[in-house]
Amino acid sequence: MQFFIEVLIGGLLSGVMYALVALGFVLIYKASGVFNFAQGAMVFFAALSFVGFQEVLPARFGLEAGSAAVFWLSFLLAFATMVVLGIATERIVLRPLVNQPPITLFMATIGLTYVVEGLAQMTWGANVRGLELGIMDEPIAWLMDDYGIGVSKFDLFAAGVAASLVALLALLFQYTKVGRALRAVADDHQAALSIGIPLQTIWRVVWAVAGFVALVAGMIWGARNGVQFALTFTALKALPVLILGGFTSVPGAIVGGLIIGASEKLAEVYVGPLVGGGIEGWFPYMLALAFLLVRPEGLFGERHIDRV
Amino acid sequence: MSYLSLNNIEVIYDHVILVLKGVSLEVPEGSIVALLGANGAGKSTTLKSISNLLRAERGDVTKGSIEFKGRRIDRMTPAELVRRGVIQVMEGRHCFGHLSIEENLLTGAYTRRQSRAELRDSLERVYAYFPRLKTRRSSQAGYTSGGEQQMCAIGRALMARPEMILLDEPSMGLAPQIVEEIFEIVKDLNGKEKVSFLLAEQNTMVALRYADFGYILENGRVVMEGEADALRNNEDVKEFYLGLSSEGRKSFRDVKHYRRRKRWLS
Repeated sequence: MQFFIEVLIGGLLSGVMYALVALGFVLIYKASGVFNFAQGAMVFFAALSFVGFQEVLPARFGLEAGSAAVFWLSFLLAFATMVVLGIATERIVLRPLVNQPPITLFMATIGLTYVVEGLAQMTWGANVRGLELGIMDEPIAWLMDDYGIGVSKFDLFAAGVAASLVALLALLFQYTKVGRALRAVADDHQAALSIGIPLQTIWRVVWAVAGFVALVAGMIWGARNGVQFALTFTALKALPVLILGGFTSVPGAIVGGLIIGASEKLAEVYVGPLVGGGIEGWFPYMLALAFLLVRPEGLFGERHIDRV
Repeated sequence: MSYLSLNNIEVIYDHVILVLKGVSLEVPEGSIVALLGANGAGKSTTLKSISNLLRAERGDVTKGSIEFKGRRIDRMTPAELVRRGVIQVMEGRHCFGHLSIEENLLTGAYTRRQSRAELRDSLERVYAYFPRLKTRRSSQAGYTSGGEQQMCAIGRALMARPEMILLDEPSMGLAPQIVEEIFEIVKDLNGKEKVSFLLAEQNTMVALRYADFGYILENGRVVMEGEADALRNNEDVKEFYLGLSSEGRKSFRDVKHYRRRKRWLS
């Protein structure tokens, strides 16, 4: 039983990490109807910028390496970089493609992926770097001692970050003027344009927010696995999460992430031995596939409204 | 100084497709002007060239000028134009399907800086004109009826407190009673709120009954214009757009033989 709980909790918490990446997709999909293939590259770029600034600041400006000032300054600078990237994307990629079919925009984001990846490595180099957030990846002592369940502090921290991010975004979408405008743009570009919602501004806001989410996701993933090119593949991990939770739902991304995380770990431990192990890698995709047959819009996705 | 005026505008889509070939028209302040004509005559394009939604469809005003209260508006963004008081209600309603009716209305106030109280006030004002929307305020717009969606679209435009509404095909796909209801509200808004209307319509009969002035477009040109009453009694208009002629309704078999020529073409 203890072992089961430990696996379950570990799975749920790693699911939160997937959810963090999925969030970025959801944001952009919701507001512009674009499946942003470049989200993984953005995660990589954001994390790389963050560590990059962390190295550059002490070296160039004599700030004390590893100090809180350097940390937050790097965070801000990395965020600013993502905002600039978002604005540039809107200007160069999205604006000329207004009113084009979604597939065109999707193709454009595939192109964007390579540009962003290249840009990241051109600016900061291709070395694998470590990222230190000051939270140890070790079991929480009292849980371990009293119940014999190992839950990583770091995972718990990541879960906390993700939860607050989601709460914040949900509030933003549901109750603010900009949030309403975002949802309006998602429903109908042209109508939004006709009532005076400036698409450009909305898109910039969305890409900036998605950049912020990418930065947070990149920092947490980077602290876990090191900041390296493999970060771009986190995007692939987010796919089954999106299919499960629904492309248009912020809470869906979280719930989807939890389900995927928990089920892949449980499957690995309990089903894996029966088929020779190693099913963690593909189990989520199987799950997503099965889900597509039953509920294509995902658990919380907006149902396609058909008037009959 | 005229209120809204289009001077000899030419519109080209995608750099090759010539749609408007020199359209000039005027909308006096506080009036309802109807823009009539068959499918593909250029009614919607005319409205979109005013509201500047054209560029999102890869269309461009290549010649002529559009002025609103003495200022050129043909290079403004739709958002700037809405702030100046000109808003378009698009053909086919285009409500935000996943937002509730009330949220739809609230998005209409995006360009305005209003306090919460003022916003409530604007909402109530819209509900006063469209009581039906109030009863359905929390339903998702995508699940409401066509008439309600049209009301929602007009109400949403009203939330921006416009001086002038460009109304594209409000009767599309609606039952005759609902069409009457909507035109009554348009007339009401025109009278009480002093909103000017430029409306594009296929339904010539209804449009001319409510409008003050009318223009008839054909193949991207204005072929006829006049007071609404005069147009309604014009023999050509009767024959070609209202389906009536001096001898009353006639059989389509006869029409073939005695076909009137549209003298203005060629």
